[in-house]
Amino acid sequence: MMFTGIMVKRNASVKSIAIAGMALLFVVNWMELKGTKLFNFDVSGFMSFGSFSLLFIAIALFSTLLYFLVSGNEMQKVGRYYSDYFALIFFITCGVILVSSFKSLLILFLGIEIITIPLYILAGADKKNLKSNEASLKYLLMGSFSTGIMLMGIALIYGSQGTFDTDKMKFVIEGGKTSNLQIAGMMLLLFSMAFKASVAPFHFWTPDVYDGAPTVFTSYMATVVKAAVFIGFIRLFENVFGTLSATWQLWIAVMIVATLFIGNITATFQQSVKRMLAYSSIAQAGFMLFAVYATNEAAIEGLLLYAAAYSLATIGVFAVVAKMNDYSFEGFNGLAKHQPLMALTTTICLLSLAGIPLTLGFLGKFYMLKAAVMTGKYLWLVIFAVMMAAVSAYYYFRVIQAMYFKEGPDNSTGATQLEKYTLVAICVIIVILGIFPNLLLNHLYF
Amino acid sequence: MIALLLILVPLLSGLATFFIKEEGAAKAWSLFAAIATFAVAILGVAVFNGSQHLAFQTEWMGNLGSSFSIKADAMGMMLCMLTAISFPIIFVATWNTSYKKPNNFFGLMLLTQAGLMGVFLAMDALLFYFFWELALIPVYFLCSQWGGERRIAVTFKFFVYTFLGSLLMLVGLIYIWSKTGSFDIASFYAAGLGFKDQQWLFWLLFVAFAIKMPIFPFHTWQPDTYEQSPTAVTMVLSAIMVKMGVLGLLRWLLPVLPVGSLVLGDNPSTLAVIGIVYASIIAFRQNDMKRLIAYSSIAHIGLMCLAVFSEQKSAMQGVMIQMFSHGINILGMWIVVEIIERKFGTRKMSDLGGVAQKAPALAVFFFIIAFANIGLPLTNAFIGEFLMLNGVLNSKITAYGVAYAVSAGLAVILSAVYTLRMGRKVFLGVTNELTEKATDITFHEKAALAIIVGAILIVGVYPQPFLDMMSGISDSILKSADAVHLLKK
Repeated sequence: MMFTGIMVKRNASVKSIAIAGMALLFVVNWMELKGTKLFNFDVSGFMSFGSFSLLFIAIALFSTLLYFLVSGNEMQKVGRYYSDYFALIFFITCGVILVSSFKSLLILFLGIEIITIPLYILAGADKKNLKSNEASLKYLLMGSFSTGIMLMGIALIYGSQGTFDTDKMKFVIEGGKTSNLQIAGMMLLLFSMAFKASVAPFHFWTPDVYDGAPTVFTSYMATVVKAAVFIGFIRLFENVFGTLSATWQLWIAVMIVATLFIGNITATFQQSVKRMLAYSSIAQAGFMLFAVYATNEAAIEGLLLYAAAYSLATIGVFAVVAKMNDYSFEGFNGLAKHQPLMALTTTICLLSLAGIPLTLGFLGKFYMLKAAVMTGKYLWLVIFAVMMAAVSAYYYFRVIQAMYFKEGPDNSTGATQLEKYTLVAICVIIVILGIFPNLLLNHLYF
Repeated sequence: MIALLLILVPLLSGLATFFIKEEGAAKAWSLFAAIATFAVAILGVAVFNGSQHLAFQTEWMGNLGSSFSIKADAMGMMLCMLTAISFPIIFVATWNTSYKKPNNFFGLMLLTQAGLMGVFLAMDALLFYFFWELALIPVYFLCSQWGGERRIAVTFKFFVYTFLGSLLMLVGLIYIWSKTGSFDIASFYAAGLGFKDQQWLFWLLFVAFAIKMPIFPFHTWQPDTYEQSPTAVTMVLSAIMVKMGVLGLLRWLLPVLPVGSLVLGDNPSTLAVIGIVYASIIAFRQNDMKRLIAYSSIAHIGLMCLAVFSEQKSAMQGVMIQMFSHGINILGMWIVVEIIERKFGTRKMSDLGGVAQKAPALAVFFFIIAFANIGLPLTNAFIGEFLMLNGVLNSKITAYGVAYAVSAGLAVILSAVYTLRMGRKVFLGVTNELTEKATDITFHEKAALAIIVGAILIVGVYPQPFLDMMSGISDSILKSADAVHLLKK
């Protein structure tokens, strides 16, 4: 349906074409969501486009569009292959679409691979930088390892079910017992998805890769890609393994605790904002995992809100980080004086990440907590999560403190008008959806 | 409409203030906005006091069972009145203090006011939580930007503390919501939660309110924050913001979790008594005037908490009157401290002395306010403290009412000791080279203090209208909180 992503342009106006292409994709997708079909390929055998996946795709495409607008110029700094970067991101977008609407396990696998292979390249795009090379290699090795595990899991499931189609799978046989083969396959899939979503204890690649990769690409990796993996995660565990929830729910609860704890506590001790954001993205993954844990209606809505909140805010923050010459907390000292607008937008994005009311981030967290409370089990998990959310306020506010209450030289390179407008637009969207989430959620049902 | 205006006027004028770069204009504009809000509040009390004006409800996040529902009941109206009257006084009293980036300062002040109004008016749990946080964020920026030397670390502690508390409260609210399906306050009152649920929910909510008030042992942020904040913000924090916690207890804890409050009520009462005695003793040892008042405030708030959990009508009325009185009195104390600090550049009592000789008007005002702080008869605090102690003594739901009342009464005596000690050290005695060249206060400082002294005396001499106002709401809170009755059923 949307395989127009294969575009390789070599002229100077690559960026404009990419933006136009993404905007076009977004519009087409939106029309699809509203019931106007331009193309009609029958893919119902292996993909299913419900309003949930279409709405997420809309969010992902829109975030990518904003990302192009706000960070497009930064890519020029990375290397010479400007147009290739855009093309790779379009490939990733294609993978995102596959992952968020798969119906067959093969499509899930395909989607995950289409997402990660371009990411290996993008992570190592800064060829002369050793850290970037390290990030790429590490990501490649760890990533292929987890891909192997995933494939094994899929194979086991296929072996026991005889089909890849998630609709046809039945996990409970007459006696009410599930075969070990299926459980093993499910656990392997759980581990590999946890790896891709950088959930503890499978998170070890994340800080190094996020820190080493060029900041522009980290921004994309940490937002749209991660959100997409979670969409795939929840689809997999709600639709496919939903009947087995008793077996995996405790595992996921433990993973949530580990992820929140490791992500938040480690982020507190970071000296570099970029690395802090890497750990905070692990912590945010812990919150998104609540959706998989709860798998109810609130979780579905919550994950959409969370994905939107997290993607927008992180893109906004990373866009500013990418403009800094010094990634340490000291580097942000006095930014409010030199770049008041950038400081303001960063503040709003950070407030959203910290989950302060009136921002979309609050509602994301709120829905997650709500979903978890509604399951009626493990209330300690919820209380633990809010304590960790309070810890997260600590490190997000350190950046705000540095920007507003400390003095320092101007370390930023400044932003163009277009980038400033986009940053403001991101903040406006965060606040407006933070007050009226129904503007987004209504599209899920109507 | 009045209720909505109470929030909208400060909110919109606060946002507008950010664009007024010139200092004088920003000051004048924010004072004007504060007075306008005050006028709205007066209208709400005197003219448009029907329920159609004081309540407002509109659709908001319907699928969550939450609506934008605000209503000014007697308690809410009284606290809004306190907020509305405090801000003009604060602006006038600190008129001569100049700030860097005045537009941001006054803008954030007005936003704080909007948040506070919202907390006092919200009749929907989610909305309440929204405003609860919204009142905090501008204060965070105010303290960190314009405060004293150690402001950043201190404010941060304050922020993380209260943020953690409010998140715990959020979990509690969501849990109650998961049982009722609506965030509306009426459905919360009718929730009828199980015995076990009420107990742990009680702690979640109580901790959030206790941090805000603050109650021992959650008070450690308070003296530092009061000391390091710019005085105008300290006034807001201590005169108005701590009332958020008391209001939380009265509106969102007692009636929602009656059984929990009945069973566990002795715990907060004991903590409150410990806090009262402890803070009074520490206040006695302070040399910095701001810290002394901060500790004295902990003692006063502790008494309110004690009275809330006695669940007696007289205590309820006492708490409500005292919320207003305490706000007015402590505002007066801060204004005096602010004036002294501006005149002499120090808040250390050991460096001062004999100020009364040079500034008699200031001394007169100070001593009246100090008497009110002690709770002498004919001042407003006497009414409140008397009613509260009376309620605690006669409380039917605790076995230790007498012990609580006696220790709290002891604290009233201690408060006389440390407050008068401050008066003696600062105002009486011989002048030194620092206080030698002092001048008396200016006209608008006099005006601000006169309003406060007037309020102290009016409420102190003729409290009946206020008691009548609070009678109905006290009854309705106690009725919802009547767990004994519920248990019988």
